[in-house]
Amino acid sequence: MTEPDPNPLEYAPALESATVAALRERYRPFIGGEFTDGSGAVFSSVNPATGETLAEITGSAESDVDRAVNAAEDAFRSHWGSISGTDRAKYLFRIARLLQERSRELGVLETLDTGKPVRQATEFDLPNAAAWFLHYAGWADKLDHAGFGPSPAPLGVTGQVVPSNFPLLLLAQRIAPALACGSTVVVKPSERTPLSALVFGEICEQAGLPSGTVNILPGDSGTGASLLTHRGVRHAVFTGSTEVGERVRRDLAGRGKRVTSELGGNGVNIVFADAAPEEAVRGVVEGAFFNQGRVRCAGSRLLVEESAAEEFVARLRDRMAELRVGDPMDRNTDVGSLGSTAEVERISELVERGVAEGASRWTVPATLPQRGDFMAPTLLTDVQQSMSVARTEVFGPVLSVLTFRTAREAVTKADNTPYGLAAGVWSEKGSRALWTARGLRTGVVWANTFHRFDPTAPFGGRGESGNGHVGGAAGLEAYLDV
Amino acid sequence: MADSPSSSPPSTGPPGELAEATRDEAALTRFLRGLPGIDAVGLEQRATALAGRAVKGEAKLRAIDRAVGMVDLTTLEGADNASKVRALASKARTPDSRFPDVPRVAALCVYPDLVTEAVTALRGSGVGVASVATAFPSGRSTPRAKLAEVELAVESGADEVDMVIDRGAFLAGEYGRVFDEIEQVRAACGPAHLKVILETGELGGYDNVWRASWLALLAGADFVKTSTGKVSPAATLPVTHVLLRAVREWRDRTGQSRGVKPAGGIRTTKDAIRYLVAVREVAGPDWLTPELFRFGASGLLNDLLMQRETQLHGHYSGPDQVTVDL
Repeated sequence: MTEPDPNPLEYAPALESATVAALRERYRPFIGGEFTDGSGAVFSSVNPATGETLAEITGSAESDVDRAVNAAEDAFRSHWGSISGTDRAKYLFRIARLLQERSRELGVLETLDTGKPVRQATEFDLPNAAAWFLHYAGWADKLDHAGFGPSPAPLGVTGQVVPSNFPLLLLAQRIAPALACGSTVVVKPSERTPLSALVFGEICEQAGLPSGTVNILPGDSGTGASLLTHRGVRHAVFTGSTEVGERVRRDLAGRGKRVTSELGGNGVNIVFADAAPEEAVRGVVEGAFFNQGRVRCAGSRLLVEESAAEEFVARLRDRMAELRVGDPMDRNTDVGSLGSTAEVERISELVERGVAEGASRWTVPATLPQRGDFMAPTLLTDVQQSMSVARTEVFGPVLSVLTFRTAREAVTKADNTPYGLAAGVWSEKGSRALWTARGLRTGVVWANTFHRFDPTAPFGGRGESGNGHVGGAAGLEAYLDV
Repeated sequence: MADSPSSSPPSTGPPGELAEATRDEAALTRFLRGLPGIDAVGLEQRATALAGRAVKGEAKLRAIDRAVGMVDLTTLEGADNASKVRALASKARTPDSRFPDVPRVAALCVYPDLVTEAVTALRGSGVGVASVATAFPSGRSTPRAKLAEVELAVESGADEVDMVIDRGAFLAGEYGRVFDEIEQVRAACGPAHLKVILETGELGGYDNVWRASWLALLAGADFVKTSTGKVSPAATLPVTHVLLRAVREWRDRTGQSRGVKPAGGIRTTKDAIRYLVAVREVAGPDWLTPELFRFGASGLLNDLLMQRETQLHGHYSGPDQVTVDL
């Protein structure tokens, strides 16, 4: 028999090629069916994993917002708001097909722009984005049966601000139902990650979507504010931090607009002692570190039953140590780069504060790349309900571990937060999982799984996590005049 | 390195708390039913996610050689005879005559009556001789007949015995009966290694596969093996994950290292590499050795050889460049 190899199976880097993304030097706003020069400041989009500038983008000024909203109003009145649902469905199907056909290109582009692992971009973000268009294509001709009365009318122009963590997927989640309902759209992607949204403009062209139905305005928060408050926008959709979300809602108060928002979160995984241990570990790791923890519904808190805590945390460390942190363009990377240096600093500060308040820190022993905004996944144990890390949104690769003794205690602790976006419950006993889920004051509860995003299921927050839903029939309501 | 199976004869029984589990049938049943569950959805998700790891270039070439060295080259057909065993033995020694640096396979696996032939043909090669026994593949015979087969294999010089468990008894909850049978075969094996085939495709779910793995380990298996290759589904990645977890936890609790052998249905290099990734990430890098991991396969070797050549020369030269095994 052979001697065991001292150098076991290593994964050589499996790098995706940046040329697939077909990057252009300059990107421009997409208004009224064409790419036009914006009058706003020129800014650049930077790859957070390398610090390299990817492309220059012409931003949008007030006048561009005006042009875009007018184009959307025209498109709504003259065409999109009145054609048959069957016709609208045809366009949505085409968009879905084009997203599928160009998914590798868009996945790589998304990775370059956001720093997320390329495997996630191509195998999660893109297929999901297409799935949302497919799902809402199915609704376009069935609005009479969606439970909002016969022939519900579309709302009109919807203005949307989309964040930087899932630029294309979140755009799809908000545009697809709007289009299905007959609303027209002006969307402002995050100034840090505008590229995939602008290429989406090309897809609208390719699909032959009537001009003005979808308009894309790259720009900063000023552009976002003028868009959402624009008199022609009937419905303002904001996705981002709770802080900015509150400002947006204050700005919009009294203007007679509909407002829906998806804001921060401080999600929790509740693990009972009888949970299938390996799968619960996987779910908790996925919940906390998927997309570098840059997910509004990330399970950034773990509540584990005290009697099982020691063993569970040991397994958790073992599994976390296997996470491969590094170059997002490597197909073997599990955890990529955060969005910016400021983000890394903010999260590190939060961790420091947790440690100062008495938490114990353990980080994955990974060698991080020299350049770029990387942060090793971090586990905080001995966390107490009163500590800042347990109370604020982390939005990064940090998992806080708390314990509980009874199911009631778990629910009380889990709910003791201003947020309410998502939670996970892990138990092999169905009745226990159901009892716990019923007690949780949160938009979504996953049982024995985490981060499942199905276009057929409503998703939305409570409390400071926002209002309104995306997904399923419930997701149509925001875009209909009901 | 941890104990290899040979240095810790399992006939001494499991240590400590686990010994208590084998005290009587009631204790064994309590232990097996009390094991934490396996969640099918999460298990399959992890298996799929790990299967997405890319192993390319130089790493792939090394993985291929490693996989070749873990193959149990197998022929288990009614038409088998001495000449076929000699043909396979020759291939087991030198898998690809054009490339002498290709490692030999781990073992040649045959029916008990052909063991003598295999031993003769493989003398001095370092390739082990494995034999299926215990009324393979169904396991439906008397304990006496099963043990007689084991004795035949061992007396003829087999280094390894692949037994099948009585799935009927297992599904009826007669864990004690299954345990006793494995223990008796273990005793009859003497110095030969015992691989216990669970036939996971017949066990009806991951929880049962998990219990059967523990049952086999408690009874003294050196290896747990998924399938006979005669039942579909045979080896799958999620099922192999369960076995790998079992041996990992066994070592965490006892310090003893036991092996895993997926068998049946693994035909391509791509598949084999996915299994190696699972071995590395579920059980651990220590298991990446023929002593602790085997592929039960007949068609896999040729694909490994063809892919090896492709990896070396940048092109693939066709199935006639490797030998047919008839």
